[in-house]
Amino acid sequence: MGLFIARRIGKGVVVLLAIVVLNFFLIRLAPGDPALVMAGEAGAADEVFVAQLREKFALDQPLPRQLASYVRNIVGLDLGYSVRQQMPVATLIGDRLPATLLLTGTAFLISLALGVLFGALAARRAGSLADTAITGVALLFYATPLFWVSLMAIIVFSVRLDWLPSFGFETVGAGYAGLARAADIAHHLVLPAMTLGLFFMAVYVRMTRASMLEVMGLDFVKTARAKGLAEGVIQRRHVLRNALLPVVTLAGLQAGTLVGGAVLTETVFAWPGIGRLMYEALLQRDYNLLLGVFVVSSGMVLVFNLVTDVVYRVVDPRIEAAR
Amino acid sequence: MSPAGPARRRGALAAFGRHPGAVAGSAILVAVVAAALLAPLLYPASPWRMVQRPFVPPFTLERVPLGTDALGRDIAAGLMHGASVSLVVGLVSTLAALVIGVPLGALAGYLGGRVDDALMRFTELFQTVPSFALAIVLVAILQPSLSSMILAIALVSWPPVTRLVRGEVLSLRSREYVQAAIVTGQTTFTILRREVLPNTLSPIVVLASLMVATAILLESSLSFLGLGDPNRMSWGFMVGAGRTVIRQAWWITAFPGVVILLTVLALNLIGEGLNDALNPRLARER
Repeated sequence: MGLFIARRIGKGVVVLLAIVVLNFFLIRLAPGDPALVMAGEAGAADEVFVAQLREKFALDQPLPRQLASYVRNIVGLDLGYSVRQQMPVATLIGDRLPATLLLTGTAFLISLALGVLFGALAARRAGSLADTAITGVALLFYATPLFWVSLMAIIVFSVRLDWLPSFGFETVGAGYAGLARAADIAHHLVLPAMTLGLFFMAVYVRMTRASMLEVMGLDFVKTARAKGLAEGVIQRRHVLRNALLPVVTLAGLQAGTLVGGAVLTETVFAWPGIGRLMYEALLQRDYNLLLGVFVVSSGMVLVFNLVTDVVYRVVDPRIEAAR
Repeated sequence: MSPAGPARRRGALAAFGRHPGAVAGSAILVAVVAAALLAPLLYPASPWRMVQRPFVPPFTLERVPLGTDALGRDIAAGLMHGASVSLVVGLVSTLAALVIGVPLGALAGYLGGRVDDALMRFTELFQTVPSFALAIVLVAILQPSLSSMILAIALVSWPPVTRLVRGEVLSLRSREYVQAAIVTGQTTFTILRREVLPNTLSPIVVLASLMVATAILLESSLSFLGLGDPNRMSWGFMVGAGRTVIRQAWWITAFPGVVILLTVLALNLIGEGLNDALNPRLARER
């Protein structure tokens, strides 16, 4: 297991390096001088700063040299400086990262739990009214634009019903501490996490249902039934356990979409995470910050993939280290 | 193609017609295409123009049936004009993704070995990157326009195509008729084009219809964030524009969202119908 994790981390580092190289070329796609692009609109006027950037990233050197110095800076966790916000990009992202981890983590767990639950319910009575209803709702959620369902949720649950706060991370100036603060944050988390999770819930419902139906036709399920096991036991112990494997694989593949979706959710709900930071960078055309958030969110996806891979091996010990 | 081709295709068409979801989806899609085509005739004036006082609620004035937004623009006109942006971006970006994805997948599956390894690593890289974030970065850097949006969406949506085509080609490569073509000395390009790729067509068609749906969701999300073409009215932009006044005027955001939802739903239903019709064997897997 240790060797496996080490190998996966090595692979992740290679992918991350490739993403950094991709970033390097993205900056050069922008029209104009890369130093001015990195400085952003606000910093472009400051000639001393632009000259500093040029020196730091070796922009007057040949391209391979530039690439080497760019990669060296990023590897040293120096993501550059945001002139707009007057702060190093790494600090800005570090401040916002916990909120995003809380949001995406909660949304992921909710969507996986509800998705598997409803998918299993639908598969158990395939063709019934409950199955049709669940599949229909899942299809609907699957087609709903994330940003729009967030806005509609605000209209219904905040404006009309006044149950839940529509924006922010916690009540500003309330001075809560300890458990009261946690409860306040949880209260603010409900709408963003639920709306972000809806799409993924739909994905997991469909996957769980299809996967369970497939496993139900296999020989060992017939054997279990022939042994006279109770239907509930067969469903839980024999069918669901095996059907969950492809769902875990899929959950890992969805990580990128989840992190990307957080940009929309955080923008709508003014959630102070890196997604909203990306939106702010976008509005101000702060390319350095924009690319910094991109690298960090890619890193998040890699960590997430690593976790699902490890979980997969725990769930299914048959997979050998050879993979 | 075998001589039974046309007959089989007719059977597939009938199977598609028996799928109630697919028929409903096709009806919605036809309506959206009609809206895009009729927009210049029914609403010849620019959808950006102020036609009434701002915040006219829906169903109150006959001239603006769906009301007006915060700047007095006609919502119905915006919806009609926005249809073409979503359809064009969805369709063209999917075609572009196929242009990137099919050759890469075919080469990886057919050549195997190191080429396969390298291509799959490359594909994995693009699959790991958070696609929406990459699309945002690309459009922001290339400056918002219809073509930069299409390019960005195509660049983030080709990996599933490559994986699918690779898998199909891998299983076709060992078939006897392909081996026969190799023995007769045909070039790799000819074999791929004439023997292998035509047989991968139906799963590609199914995937493509689902990709158009995803592309439209991506397009509206980008437009919502203000990354749409500044000269074109689009549904995502309309939702974004109504966001700040959502407490006073729900209809400005509600209608464009419903239209996006219906269009994407229609394409998903069509994709499922195509899947059941073209790959009866795979119908249960999705």
